[in-house]
Amino acid sequence: MTDNSKSSAGLSRRTLLKGAAGVAGLAAGSGAITGFPYVKSAEPKVLRYLGTAVNQADDITKKLFADTGIKLEYITATTDDVTKRVITQPNSYDVLDTEYFSLKKLIPSGNILPLDAKKIKEFNNITPVFTKGELPNGKKIGDQGTAPKKVMFLEGSNSTKFASSVTEWVTLIPTVYNADTLGIRPDLIKRPISSWSELLNPEFKGKASILNIPSIGIMDAAMVVEAAGIHKYADKGNMTKAEIDLTIKTLIDAKKSGQFRAFWKDFNESVNLMASGETVIQSMWSPAVTKVRSMGIPCVFQPLKEGYRSWASGFCVSKGVSGQKLEWAYEFVNWFLSGWAGAYLNRQGYYSAVLSTAKANMEPYEWAYWMEGKAAEKDIKAPDGSLLEKAGAVRDGGSYDDRMGSVACWNAVMDENDYMVRKWNEFIAA
Amino acid sequence: MAVTSFLKRRSADLVSWLQAGPMMLVFVLFFLLPLAFVIMVSFWDYNEYEMIPTLTTRGYTETFEGCIAQMPELCTILKTYLKTLKLCFLVWLLTLLIGFTVAYFLAFHVQSKTWQIALSLICTIPFWTSNVIRMIAWIPLLGRNGLVNQGLISAGVIKQPLEWLLFSEFAVVLALVHLFTFFMVVPIFNSMIRIDKRLIEAAYDAGATGWQTLWNVIIPLAKPGMVIGSIFVITIVMGDFVTIGVMGGQQIAAAGKIIEVRLNALQFPAAAANAVILLGVTFLIIASLSRLVDVRKEL
Repeated sequence: MTDNSKSSAGLSRRTLLKGAAGVAGLAAGSGAITGFPYVKSAEPKVLRYLGTAVNQADDITKKLFADTGIKLEYITATTDDVTKRVITQPNSYDVLDTEYFSLKKLIPSGNILPLDAKKIKEFNNITPVFTKGELPNGKKIGDQGTAPKKVMFLEGSNSTKFASSVTEWVTLIPTVYNADTLGIRPDLIKRPISSWSELLNPEFKGKASILNIPSIGIMDAAMVVEAAGIHKYADKGNMTKAEIDLTIKTLIDAKKSGQFRAFWKDFNESVNLMASGETVIQSMWSPAVTKVRSMGIPCVFQPLKEGYRSWASGFCVSKGVSGQKLEWAYEFVNWFLSGWAGAYLNRQGYYSAVLSTAKANMEPYEWAYWMEGKAAEKDIKAPDGSLLEKAGAVRDGGSYDDRMGSVACWNAVMDENDYMVRKWNEFIAA
Repeated sequence: MAVTSFLKRRSADLVSWLQAGPMMLVFVLFFLLPLAFVIMVSFWDYNEYEMIPTLTTRGYTETFEGCIAQMPELCTILKTYLKTLKLCFLVWLLTLLIGFTVAYFLAFHVQSKTWQIALSLICTIPFWTSNVIRMIAWIPLLGRNGLVNQGLISAGVIKQPLEWLLFSEFAVVLALVHLFTFFMVVPIFNSMIRIDKRLIEAAYDAGATGWQTLWNVIIPLAKPGMVIGSIFVITIVMGDFVTIGVMGGQQIAAAGKIIEVRLNALQFPAAAANAVILLGVTFLIIASLSRLVDVRKEL
């Protein structure tokens, strides 16, 4: 008990120090500056955690601290800003939470430390969606774009080359992933929607929207182009210049004819557009659909016959982390995969990396609703206790196998990324 | 004698250098130096994850890509600048008209100092909340199911909701005028308050009408304020991408937006090149404005 109170006193003091002295003060100065003679034993385990808001929740930090004594300090930024920060300020974080498609930019920069798979307790239980690109039942899933299996392993501990098969050196330990599709307002559309091509259907003129993040928006556009039968891509996640031209031209034509009400860039914008009825069909993220629905407005995360555009994120560690801190990072990753956090994420409609441990931390009726696509036996509640779905509801798109099994492509950074970004600007200016 | 006067002059020089020194240091450190870096980086090469310090004009040539090939159709960058300049002109004109009127009212119609201060403070109310909140507040008002459309429909003026109220150039101009009129009011008010009231009386005595007084006395004397206000508004609007993004539904191109997209894609040299171009264009506008009035002389 006494030990606890000491460490918490040290904590608040150290939080103050951190502001003033920054990183160095934290790591090197904790003994010298605070002057606690027993500081070693009471040293709080602090990890600075850079990422988007997806995995950052107070509940997770509290539970982590209670279980392991590790204190997370969240540094929240948008997807683009996370990447920027890793490249320009690699010493400003310890643990990084980022998306797999960013790795094509991050790994060559040499600012990322690969993790040793042998030290990850549940490593062999990580879903084969990541390691092999297939479902637990062996079904292969779409691998266009930056599929995790392509960038998950490095050739060696100091390598900046992606390995083509499983190795011991892991770039990102998967944390959370999902399959994205179009969100629709069934009450305003009043008919079934089954194809990506509906996004550019003139029926929804002035009521459609697409994501204004070039690397993701272009993928949604590619799904539409392919669904409309305009062109079949060899790899939607790695287009040729001609394919980029074609895709952007399709978007520009639609924009000029007034198809789009607006483009959105962040979570809340997409919720506002949909909830206010400004749009009735748009690219969307799962929790945004949930949010619209929790406002009492009907909104469906519509499964489409061409499949989903998937994304995945995971943890890695900054090159600057070593010694004791690296051990804490492994401890944190192991805790994260041990089930509680996985169950927490699953209850938000995301998927967790190690299914077995998450299952053990969820009620059977929750697991049946979220993962098996069965009708809810009881009311489904969010982690904060608010009501998400009444008993009897079925998850949009059904079970894990149905949803992840229908993935057509993954968020990607293309070889022609630079050209694509310029063309995207042309689309916005058109 | 000569020596003492020389020393005196030297020490006077020294004192004025010392007085100007801190400002100059700040100016060099936080303006000139970063600007020099931006210009330098704009001539670098880059790949997916790093800047490569070799001399190239790639940032510029790729920005103007297609400008000759696509003639007579405009290329992306020219289209973008045309759009930005158009928005900038509209916002400048409206803020100038509204700002001038408000300042005129405050300076000449409100007699008591207390009221002048109180009313000026009221002008700052929009600044009590953040820029983003002020913009987002327009959405429930102007949206398809927003208050304005509902009001007009229930009043029988229109049958279908007006789509152009939100996510349009109209919305962008409205929001920008709302945000920046105050930047016009303050300098113009400041110029007007210093106009000698006897000049107006003299004009009146000489038989000038109200409009003649306004045109021949007040406007020429308020010009420095109008130019300073214009510089504020034009520089802010030229670089804006947040307001244009939110109110234009991200569908309207802006010079600032191009820079943001390039930055987000980690293409720093290309972003820097675009920043230099934007700086150049804005500088040209400001330079031609300051030819109209010698701001320094009038202050």
